[in-house]
Amino acid sequence: MNFFLDAIAWIFDPANYAEPGGIVSRLLEHLLFTFVTLVFASVIAIPLGYLIGHTGRGRGFAIAGAGGLRALPTLGLLTLVALWVGIGLEAPYVALTILAIPPILAGAYTGFEAIERGTIDAARAVGMSEGQIVAKVEVPLGLPLLIGGIRSATLQVVATATLAAYVADFGLGRYLFAGLKTRDYAEMLGGSILVILLALVLEGIFALVQRLVVPRGVIAGRPEDVRARPIRSRAATGTPVTEGRSS
Amino acid sequence: MIEYRSVTKQFPDGTLAVEDFSLVLPSRQTTVFVGSSGSGKTTLLRMINRMVDPTSGTIEIDGVDIATLAPVNLRRSIGYVMQNSGLLPHRTVVNNVATVPLLRGVPRQKARENALALLDTVGLDRSLADRYPSQLSGGQQQRVGVARGLAVDPNILLMDEPFGAVDPIVRAELQQELRRLQVELDKTVVFVTHDIEEAFLLGDQVVILRTGGQIAQVGTPSEILANPADEFVASFVGADRGKRALHFENHNGSDILVDSEGRIAGVIETDAAASVPPPQSVSESKAGSVSGSGAPAQGGDQR
Ligand SMILES: Nc1ncnc2c1ncn2[C@@H]1O[C@H](COP(=O)(O)OP(=O)(O)OP(=O)(O)O)[C@@H](O)[C@H]1O
Ligand SMILES: [Mg+2]
Repeated sequence: MNFFLDAIAWIFDPANYAEPGGIVSRLLEHLLFTFVTLVFASVIAIPLGYLIGHTGRGRGFAIAGAGGLRALPTLGLLTLVALWVGIGLEAPYVALTILAIPPILAGAYTGFEAIERGTIDAARAVGMSEGQIVAKVEVPLGLPLLIGGIRSATLQVVATATLAAYVADFGLGRYLFAGLKTRDYAEMLGGSILVILLALVLEGIFALVQRLVVPRGVIAGRPEDVRARPIRSRAATGTPVTEGRSS
Repeated sequence: MIEYRSVTKQFPDGTLAVEDFSLVLPSRQTTVFVGSSGSGKTTLLRMINRMVDPTSGTIEIDGVDIATLAPVNLRRSIGYVMQNSGLLPHRTVVNNVATVPLLRGVPRQKARENALALLDTVGLDRSLADRYPSQLSGGQQQRVGVARGLAVDPNILLMDEPFGAVDPIVRAELQQELRRLQVELDKTVVFVTHDIEEAFLLGDQVVILRTGGQIAQVGTPSEILANPADEFVASFVGADRGKRALHFENHNGSDILVDSEGRIAGVIETDAAASVPPPQSVSESKAGSVSGSGAPAQGGDQR
């Protein structure tokens, strides 16, 4: 209990906000790192997932590949990449991008697969080209599940990004490693609490976004329901893609 | 004119859905494919807009082999109404109707105006224009599907059991609506159903199919009713059970038509009786004097 109070006191200690290397800049570093990692992972995983989802080909390959990536211990991978490319941020970027790919990939292709076949068949039958089917039908209808995948990737990355401090003086993880070394448990716990808070805030933002991106009409029931329920029904937003769900 | 020339379709899994099918579908007429489940009706229909390509044989539209046409362009020039409407759930009614014109580059405002006019054509209130498909009843969704099929003013309209999923009363209503549209719009309609009553009501040419897309009989409704080609056709149209044989009975001075099961099929209108509107009138039925079954939803106009 005392540890906890000490940690709170640590978080509010103005001395820890002194720049450079204060809480605010580490928090921003952590956020930026998370964001950039997600962009890298999305650039790789979304087009690939869309390709798999649209063509229905390579699904087994994707599941096996994603399962393999998931099985890699991130700390081990980080160490390995760091030994290869050296100390610095490259190694954490590589290791965490690999961590973030599977859920985003799964979100992208399950989003497409969850669309009723009749809808896509109809779009093709009225004369949409394959590109138009993807852009005008599959992407909007698959968005909720994709956002779910990015959401689950974000949570993993924001938590695991603490490991970046293992090989670089970077992010909120620094407090954990520094505190561990000096047996400053207030600092360690304070750092963890900040990571948790950050994760919760991001989670909240995603929950909101996930509701907003459900295409209108997909969940709208009878008009009475629509009026009675200003908030979108949760059931139809789709379950967030969580780790292991499709493997 | 659409012409099938010895068309065969074998699916990759080996199913022979259609075998050596040849038929001419005259322009500006309605041809109905009718047959039981799995007889190849949908396959035949979808070969016209190249959603299915034949394994062998050719299909020509006005003398042009459609295998030489780009599928996307071909599909945009043909209206297609699907069994469960096939509307895009994330688009409003008016945007669903305008889908193909927008793909073809019609300006948004003009596409919207045309779409609204089409809602009138299919008997939908314009107030529904900005709803989503999930906010409509099944019958309303089917009407939107028909409006979408008509949106590019196609010469050919394909309809695959478009009224299969709605209740008998709405169904009868939609059938009457379609008959009105046929007269108004003058399109080549290819219609698929497994309901022989519907086939006789809507078809200028009715094609009765056996499994494998084998033609059991082709003809006008009255030809088929009067001369079923064989046992299969006879049982399919219900003639073998005498179901369609009607006879007179005289009730309180007016002639009543009674079917084989004793149900009242209608009243014979004489000048005297005409002042009392009959509940259903046999004369409404397209197939002429021979037709008219006891089923109330199919005989006359319900509205
Ligand atoms: N994509 C496909 N792959 C394999 N077989 C198919 C495919 N589509 C249809 N078939 C088979 O071809 C045959 C004809 O199917 P089709 O859908 O044309 O029948 P239908 O007359 O429309 O039946 P229904 O009245 O049930 O709609 C059936 O045996 C069906 O199982
Ligand atoms: Mg069918």
